[in-house]
Amino acid sequence: MVTLTADTSTVTDLSTSTVRELNQSLHSAADGQSWTIENPGGKHSLAVGIDADITVTLNGHAGYYAAGMHQKGDVTINGNAGVGLAENIMSGRVHVKGDASQSAAATGHGGLVVIDGNAGARCGISMKGVDIVVGGNIGHMSAFMAQAGRLVVCGDAGEALGDSIYEARIYVKGTVASLGADCIEKPMKPEHLDELAGLLAAAGRDDNPADFTRYGSARNLYHFHVGNSASY
Amino acid sequence: MCGIAALQLRNPSLHPEMGRLLSSMMCQIVDRGPDSAGLAVYNTPGLVSAGTSTFSLLGKDQGMVPEAIEASLGELLPSTANALVRALGDTTLVTAAVGTGLLAKAITETLPTATIIGRGEHVAVMKGVGHPMQIAADHGLESMAGTQGLSHTRMATESAVTAGGSHPFSVADDLCLVHNGSFSNHATIRRELKRQGVVFDSDNDTEVGARYVASRLQQGDDLETALTNLGKVFDGFYTLVVTTADSLAVVRDPIACKPAIIAESDDYVAMASEYRALASLPGIETARIFEPEPGKVYTWSL
Repeated sequence: MVTLTADTSTVTDLSTSTVRELNQSLHSAADGQSWTIENPGGKHSLAVGIDADITVTLNGHAGYYAAGMHQKGDVTINGNAGVGLAENIMSGRVHVKGDASQSAAATGHGGLVVIDGNAGARCGISMKGVDIVVGGNIGHMSAFMAQAGRLVVCGDAGEALGDSIYEARIYVKGTVASLGADCIEKPMKPEHLDELAGLLAAAGRDDNPADFTRYGSARNLYHFHVGNSASY
Repeated sequence: MCGIAALQLRNPSLHPEMGRLLSSMMCQIVDRGPDSAGLAVYNTPGLVSAGTSTFSLLGKDQGMVPEAIEASLGELLPSTANALVRALGDTTLVTAAVGTGLLAKAITETLPTATIIGRGEHVAVMKGVGHPMQIAADHGLESMAGTQGLSHTRMATESAVTAGGSHPFSVADDLCLVHNGSFSNHATIRRELKRQGVVFDSDNDTEVGARYVASRLQQGDDLETALTNLGKVFDGFYTLVVTTADSLAVVRDPIACKPAIIAESDDYVAMASEYRALASLPGIETARIFEPEPGKVYTWSL
């Protein structure tokens, strides 16, 4: 059921429309349009592959791969998101007001992913340029093999943070259960405080950048060396 | 992949709705395991009753008519046992007013080839091969009342697609276990348990988990300790849900390979593989929804 409302925001009710119909209508959208999705009911693959500068609001909880392969536009989920939120996001913005499950923003190349609640394990795994701001905690193996981009955690981080990390930068306000191989604590220089302030502001948060610790690569595992084999 | 949906009802006014709610949850996890399924329901009037033992046997046809089974059990059991045998879907239910140990012996004597898939004073277990919702409909799940329910839809990996390989595995009184994942060292643990005298019904890896938990409980562990011990001994991927007469437990392996989500409210505790199975529960909008932490044992008791 697709209804055109007076303010030209399209309402799609997933109790009567299919996910395929929703995604097809989003793929046919023109820049500047807006969508409201009702009754998502935890369905998978909602609002994936958006390639126009549109605004999408999802009222309820989303299943797996919500806003995956996001290219442009702004998606807000007023609820929780399942596994693989904004997987491989290229640009644009995805905002989850609740929690996100495992592998949020995995392999993301660009754009901003904001999670107000907690994120599960493997948040930002293999991130390649995306910025991620998590209001709560993140699970284990987050930012594993993270290549580029920034991961900001306003709560605590789980085990093996940043294992085998390349040039991504991680900022954590709370505690880190353990650091992964080749991930170390690094000093907060003025440019890092500036960059973190910008990320927090972009996520609509008022945390103090000075309360965070920076983590990044010790750059010892960049190239395979047989002497390092025990560290992999 | 496999699907799990479990429900513990805290609010007695929801007890008449148990089957309908569990069915609505199960319907959303069919995609995760369409080859076979199983169900366990607790304190369902008409299936179990206090002071009697109920055994669930695999298959509706045991090679003897129910009256003949009843007659044989009547000869083996005290005259007050009042043994009752009936088919429910593709399951045979045997009820008698004696202890489970005695009834188990009488059933094995009467039906030496029967496979017992559930036993206890509170639980009935139903399994089958085919579409999970058809199996649920054949057993009449929608109209069942109860205090707890557990369902599993299976995508077989470690052993064959058979009704006997379907979950839950119920190997001690009122104890049921379902599993999403696979245990990699189950053969080693099976050998150890066999040495201790434990008898197995199948080649299934999950049965080893269920036998292990039953063995720990028998040795005096509480449910939480038994599952903590399981985490030290078993290697592999698992999200497990274990139910007893009045408890529900959830545990995931330490690297959280398999999904799980829990909704908790004053009315119920519900666990499922995916949120969509919880979406239609009453009051879900205000329930506390969270993913269980890796390696942490969660238990709730009625």
